[in-house]
Amino acid sequence: MSIRFNFGGDEHIFGEVSEDMSLASFFTGLSMINAVRTAGIRGVTETCPANASFQIRFDPDVIAPQDLLKELQSMEDAASKSDATLKTRIIELPVYFQDPWTHETEMRFRERHQDPSATDLEYSARINGYATIEEFIAAYSGQPWFVSMVGFVAGLPWLYQMVERKKQIEAPKYLRPRTDTPKLTVGHGGCFAAIYSVRGAGGYQMYGVTPAPIYDPTRKVRYLTEDMALFKPGDIVKFKAINRDEYDATLEEIDANRWQPTVRDCSFSLTEFNRDMLGTNTNLMELLNGR
Amino acid sequence: MAVKVITPGLATSVQDLGRPGYYHVGIPEGGGMDRFATRIANLLVGNEPREAILEATFLGPELEFTAPAVVAVTGGELPPKVNGDERPTWESFSVKAGDRLSFGYLKSGARAYIAISGGIDVPVVLGSRTTYVLGALGGFEGRVLKAGDEIPVGTGTGTPGRSLPAELRGAGPSSVELRMLPGIYWHRITEAAGKRFFEDTWKVAPEADRIGYRFKGGTPLEFVAREQPFGAGSDPSNIVDACYPYGSVQVPSGTEPIVLHRDAVSGGGYMMLGVVISADMDRIAQLQPHTPAQFVPVTLEQALAARADRRTMLAKAEDYLTA
Repeated sequence: MSIRFNFGGDEHIFGEVSEDMSLASFFTGLSMINAVRTAGIRGVTETCPANASFQIRFDPDVIAPQDLLKELQSMEDAASKSDATLKTRIIELPVYFQDPWTHETEMRFRERHQDPSATDLEYSARINGYATIEEFIAAYSGQPWFVSMVGFVAGLPWLYQMVERKKQIEAPKYLRPRTDTPKLTVGHGGCFAAIYSVRGAGGYQMYGVTPAPIYDPTRKVRYLTEDMALFKPGDIVKFKAINRDEYDATLEEIDANRWQPTVRDCSFSLTEFNRDMLGTNTNLMELLNGR
Repeated sequence: MAVKVITPGLATSVQDLGRPGYYHVGIPEGGGMDRFATRIANLLVGNEPREAILEATFLGPELEFTAPAVVAVTGGELPPKVNGDERPTWESFSVKAGDRLSFGYLKSGARAYIAISGGIDVPVVLGSRTTYVLGALGGFEGRVLKAGDEIPVGTGTGTPGRSLPAELRGAGPSSVELRMLPGIYWHRITEAAGKRFFEDTWKVAPEADRIGYRFKGGTPLEFVAREQPFGAGSDPSNIVDACYPYGSVQVPSGTEPIVLHRDAVSGGGYMMLGVVISADMDRIAQLQPHTPAQFVPVTLEQALAARADRRTMLAKAEDYLTA
């Protein structure tokens, strides 16, 4: 695997690990970003990991673009051979699927959807071969997801489900983006889930909402006082399907600032995961149950 | 001291030279879209270039001063008035307690930069006073100004009557060339489509804001046929979601290019044809809707030369004002 480097104008270098998504590509990109951060190269101003690529921003008045490119290329071998293990954490996030708010929103933008006669969940369940919405939600919330990128807007995570490729859920984006998406919507586009940290435009299929804030610029939410965004690339997330009563009860706790998500430290090895995906996931999920 | 917002204008926000360092969590650098005008406005009123100013878009606000101050307005030609009497742009003038600053109609450009001696004194968040509206972060309560707001201002030592001569303000052509380094996913479109992209005259669309500028009227792109990579999505303009550089030119569905600006969304799933060079970012900030524009391909060497020219121009203006 060889990284395709390209200059993005006079201030950015773009590195594409692969055109398609895989955890191996994500890990190579993350290793590159970590190597650049550790090297502390003068003139590098931003380091952004993405799903299967990454971006470095630099000040060409401090470092010549070609010099930086050479430094990056010299790091490539080590990054692609790194053992792809992470000290990370697993976070359980409650999600109220089939909620009234995303439903109301998707009905307002039906003419922008592939199948105006179905809901986003009905459509996505059908094209992914699930007989019912319930089975689809069970698959969605039954296995954990990997945070493979953060961005678009502040604190929004892209999530890649930790299952083999043929079991990955895929859905197109809306034909034309909506101008509205409820805050904290759990959506899906391509093979990625996303959680909309703020209300706004969006093109992903909408499946539910989480009551848990994931971005707080005021830093008042008790688990967001240090970092205003909950997620970092490399975090593992398990959705927990909840009903309306549980949603309302959790929201009440959140409003009183008493609630926080269940978070457990864990380690993740890509080699081990590739050898036994379900076994790795089961062990990770057991951590959430305190075992 | 404070200024009271009588009317807010169309989209007036507190900005400075930006908040770099948080793009990896989706927080863009922001700051005055026209960096040159932001710096000069500050220098005219005796501030450091990085103090916070007000950026007004298309329509100016009406402000009332609670104490004397020195003010300067740069950027687009948005004529300032004190109690109804016109004042020059690119020149500092004084206001007394109780004076009202308002603006006439925009004559050229798109954004004006209003500096007040002492600087806008909102809290520093993540190293900057810049407003990031999408993330409700920084600036005045994380949003654009509203009638009734009282904006805190620091204490300064500006003097009225300082001005920057017209020849030092940089050119503002009405028909605009945006120089761009082709790349990133340029290979996704056919050679003929690439040629047409640079030949076509595009027009600024009404959807043009701090996040990005959309352009209309050119030929839809023709993509090189391929089986879409896993995870990218089904449209030929889709990629596996990646980072978006500032100035990057994305073309959703191959129809209308969008150039991302200071409040850029940090990533997404649309292919980019390349990136508008840093020297031309200020120019985009002053484009009105319907302005004709052309994308012009340059090499990295040309981009760096243009950047050096831009720096020289800024240094000349700053030397003139600080000498």
